[in-house]
Amino acid sequence: MDQKLANSMPRILAHDVNIYYGEKHAIKNLSVEIPDRAVSAFIGPSGCGKSTFLRSINRMNDTIASCRMTGEVLLDGKSIYAPDVDVVQLRSHVGMVFQKPNPFPKSIFENVAYGPRIHGLAKNKTDLEEMVVNSLKKASLFEEVKDRLNASGTGLSGGQQQRLCIARAIAVNPEVILMDEPCSALDPIATARIEELIDELKQNYCIIIVTHSMQQAARVSQRTAFFHLGTLVEYGETNDIFTSPKDKRTQDYITGRFG
Amino acid sequence: MQSSHVFIVLLVLAIAAFVVGRVRVLQLRNAGQSVHSLPFYHGMYFAICTSLLPILVLGLWMVASHYTINSWVTSALPQDILAQSQGDRSLSISMIDSLAEKSNMLSASEIATLRAGGDAATTILTQHNIGLSQNPEAFVIDAALHKTALVQSAAWIISALCLMLAMLGFYYAWRKQSEDLRTRNIVEELFRYVLMAASSIAILTTAGIVLSVLSESIAFFKSVPIASFLFGTVWDPRFSAAGAEASAGQFGLLPLLWGTFFITIVALAVAIPVGLTAAIYMSEYASSKMRGFTKPALEVLAGIPTIVYGFFALTTFGPFLQSAGAKAGLDISPNSVLSAGFVMGVMIIPFVSSLSDDILSAVPNSLREGSYGLGATQSETIKKVVLPAALPGIVGACLLAVSRAVGETMIVVLAAGIAANLTANPFKPVTTITVKIVSQLTGDLEFNSPQTLVAFALGLTLFVFTLGLNVLALHIVRKYREQYE
Repeated sequence: MDQKLANSMPRILAHDVNIYYGEKHAIKNLSVEIPDRAVSAFIGPSGCGKSTFLRSINRMNDTIASCRMTGEVLLDGKSIYAPDVDVVQLRSHVGMVFQKPNPFPKSIFENVAYGPRIHGLAKNKTDLEEMVVNSLKKASLFEEVKDRLNASGTGLSGGQQQRLCIARAIAVNPEVILMDEPCSALDPIATARIEELIDELKQNYCIIIVTHSMQQAARVSQRTAFFHLGTLVEYGETNDIFTSPKDKRTQDYITGRFG
Repeated sequence: MQSSHVFIVLLVLAIAAFVVGRVRVLQLRNAGQSVHSLPFYHGMYFAICTSLLPILVLGLWMVASHYTINSWVTSALPQDILAQSQGDRSLSISMIDSLAEKSNMLSASEIATLRAGGDAATTILTQHNIGLSQNPEAFVIDAALHKTALVQSAAWIISALCLMLAMLGFYYAWRKQSEDLRTRNIVEELFRYVLMAASSIAILTTAGIVLSVLSESIAFFKSVPIASFLFGTVWDPRFSAAGAEASAGQFGLLPLLWGTFFITIVALAVAIPVGLTAAIYMSEYASSKMRGFTKPALEVLAGIPTIVYGFFALTTFGPFLQSAGAKAGLDISPNSVLSAGFVMGVMIIPFVSSLSDDILSAVPNSLREGSYGLGATQSETIKKVVLPAALPGIVGACLLAVSRAVGETMIVVLAAGIAANLTANPFKPVTTITVKIVSQLTGDLEFNSPQTLVAFALGLTLFVFTLGLNVLALHIVRKYREQYE
């Protein structure tokens, strides 16, 4: 396992990234390599910058006016902050699932069909239907909703909504899926289903998950990054981080001494 | 003693009672007792016990006294006056009223001169600025003096009653007060009734307006059949000499309803696209600095008096349309549906834009982020996610703008004219329900002919119309509210 991860080419490479919110220096000199077809978890206390960094990978921070950034983030060796990059195109390659399930107030079908529609991915109606069904199946939601695809997405339970959001993200064929605390608004049963799903999805996608739960990081991820006060303190194999952390701060956090 | 004086005295008493109640409970507390409520509530309890009942009695009397005293005065009039026709009798009564108002200022000798009549009496009338066109007859003077005496003694009785009630109330509070008295809960309870009373004032006023309009409308429908009002296509009320029943006139609602509808449609065709795009710009694109400037600037439009819009339409826009139409080979009259509708549309832009802006801003940001995260552009996000989510609210906003447009009068009078045409040509003058209400009710009128009563029927129609729209708008807005929860 270790060998396999070490040999695969990094999908995402960040180099000397600094991010500022107005005066606040949120991310300090961060460099990291994230492998493909694996789950990387970002852990750390609240306000440590893990979500901020996550949002810089699909340039969601662009939508916040006061946010500035320096340094480089490379996706498959190409800088995503280069002037010729089409942000909108980038985001269709780097999908995102948010902390709070945010289905559009449309039908379940329309929620999933949204991405393929705006990118013109489907050639015709049957094609589109196939995409929607496939995405719902991949998000292991199809069996629960197959009889009510025209019902409103907001009428589902919290866990189902979050899986709908994952299906929606999958539907545009991304290469990377960013998950910003996807289970923090869910109960343990719904969380377990999402974690199962993440485990399946890593066969085909590069997944980065921000989480507050160390158990969750240990359960689903192959690599773990520990953030503290805007710096990346330690990054490595999840097993190593949780069993033999090198940094004192990581150890303190993992053993519950702060955070 | 005047009612207002009594009221002030009662207020002073209430303040004094407040102080007494507060001081007394403070003494208890200083003596080491544990007191249930704060001194403030004890003070309030005293003030309420002292003043509430007398103020209610006083208020009731202020409403009722006018009718009571007038009926007493009228019943005391000589038989031959009571036997007069309605018009003559009300003339006598209004003479009595105006004399009674000033009779306090007349000395006994002046009253004697008035009784004697002649030029000397007229001089006294002018001296005291009494608005009578002729010297009062003896029975008028008698009745006026009678009324003055009644008013005065009634005022004294009421004042005495109020003061007595205040004293009793104070005594009651004094007896009841103890360290255990839960004045805090009592005041709380009363506060609820105050709030209830305040909200029922608004409701009762509405009910009163509806009832008065309804009763006048029923009087109208006695002389004009309801079907010929609702479905008549000719509006020709034909003002006639009083009592000349022969020339009835036609009261067809349809031309007015159509005019109202037509102008509203044109106004909405202007206001909705402009207002909505302005709202989208303000809520989605504008920087907060820009928004801070644009939004108030747009709302200034709502502050311009409609009469100003009216003469803008009359002197500027109407003639402009006419000359522009002439160049294009169109015959546009200076008063036209187009001119009134356009200017009215400008007037209601702020209603649409400001409300829509609030509604768009209320769409949770997580939906926008979700859409951006899927690689949608900003305009795609607005078109496919934000607007559909906000649509019910926007429809509600537009319906509120419609009821504003339907009720508008001044712009229409000046810009579309007063001719009740039933036409589909937007270049021709039409008129609306509100304009006709005004024209039926201005000038010297008698309030018992269909020509004036029709105004109430029109008002009722308009009321039903806008009420329906408002209910619809509220219903849609409420449905929208539930959507994110």
